[in-house]
Amino acid sequence: MSDHAHALHLETSTGLDNRKLAIWTFIGSECLFFATLISNYLVHKQTWLSGPGPFPHERWTSPSGQAFEPIIEIPLVTMGTALLLFSSLFVVLALANAQRGNRNGLLVWLAATLFCGFFFVGMQVYEFTHFVHRGLTLKTNLFGASFFTLTGFHGTHVTLGVIWLLTLWIEAFRGKIPPAKSLNLEIAALYWHFVDVVWIVIFPVVYLIK
Amino acid sequence: MDAHASPATEHAHPKAAVYVKIGIILFVLTALEVGLYEFTYGEHAGAGGHALQPFFVPVLLLLSAIKFALVAMFYMHLKQDHRLFSGVFVFPLIIAIVVIVALMVLSAYHFAFARSG
Repeated sequence: MSDHAHALHLETSTGLDNRKLAIWTFIGSECLFFATLISNYLVHKQTWLSGPGPFPHERWTSPSGQAFEPIIEIPLVTMGTALLLFSSLFVVLALANAQRGNRNGLLVWLAATLFCGFFFVGMQVYEFTHFVHRGLTLKTNLFGASFFTLTGFHGTHVTLGVIWLLTLWIEAFRGKIPPAKSLNLEIAALYWHFVDVVWIVIFPVVYLIK
Repeated sequence: MDAHASPATEHAHPKAAVYVKIGIILFVLTALEVGLYEFTYGEHAGAGGHALQPFFVPVLLLLSAIKFALVAMFYMHLKQDHRLFSGVFVFPLIIAIVVIVALMVLSAYHFAFARSG
């Protein structure tokens, strides 16, 4: 029986750690939160072409003759998606090292996770700025409103995850995450994986399906 | 803290090699998604791409579902952890899927009705 398993056990009615149960309950509630945002995007998809451009995939010409090119950039977002997926691998490797008491491995893999997280947030900031410069804002049309709301809330979750993991990296650097406290990282990792699985849904729904 | 680990909490997480294999599979599935998009709707999409259009959305959703399940089962350890965690996650997930499908059906019905009426 591992030290990790010993560290996990608490005297609770379920025999499970309350903090882990709490994060799973929170993740469950987040499923419903993102379901409403994804529904909002999909429902409005049927009507947004009646408004002014620009749009994700379609070229659109306004009544005044102004032409809008489609603005989605698949290669950049694919890169961000791949890095977010790899960050899930890196954080689970960091957790495995934390549970084994390998501090250097923990620091390296957590740093790699943070790099991917920072890249993803940077990609989204660039994308939003680029869209605004090309005439798409939250108020331009229904696509803009639902797109910025959905991806903006996801980006906020990623940003919070980066801050959370950064604080854990600092704690690990100061030697404050021994194997007995690896659950602290496991809880943050669960949140991070959830952010990843939400993007696994958003990426095809928003960027690939016309 | 109790020295006795409960069977309810005991779980052996996969080894690093398993995590890496899952990571590679996730990367390949993502490449397939984008490749399918380029083949079907990309600038150089040909007749084969047009023929694939009716299957594009179902295949893409299937690939996403596989990726989602792999992350949840292996990286989030639902495959090894206590079933209560799976229940707490899967039950709202089912409600979420029902909400999305129901709203899309209602919306489609509304627009069909608005057009015909």
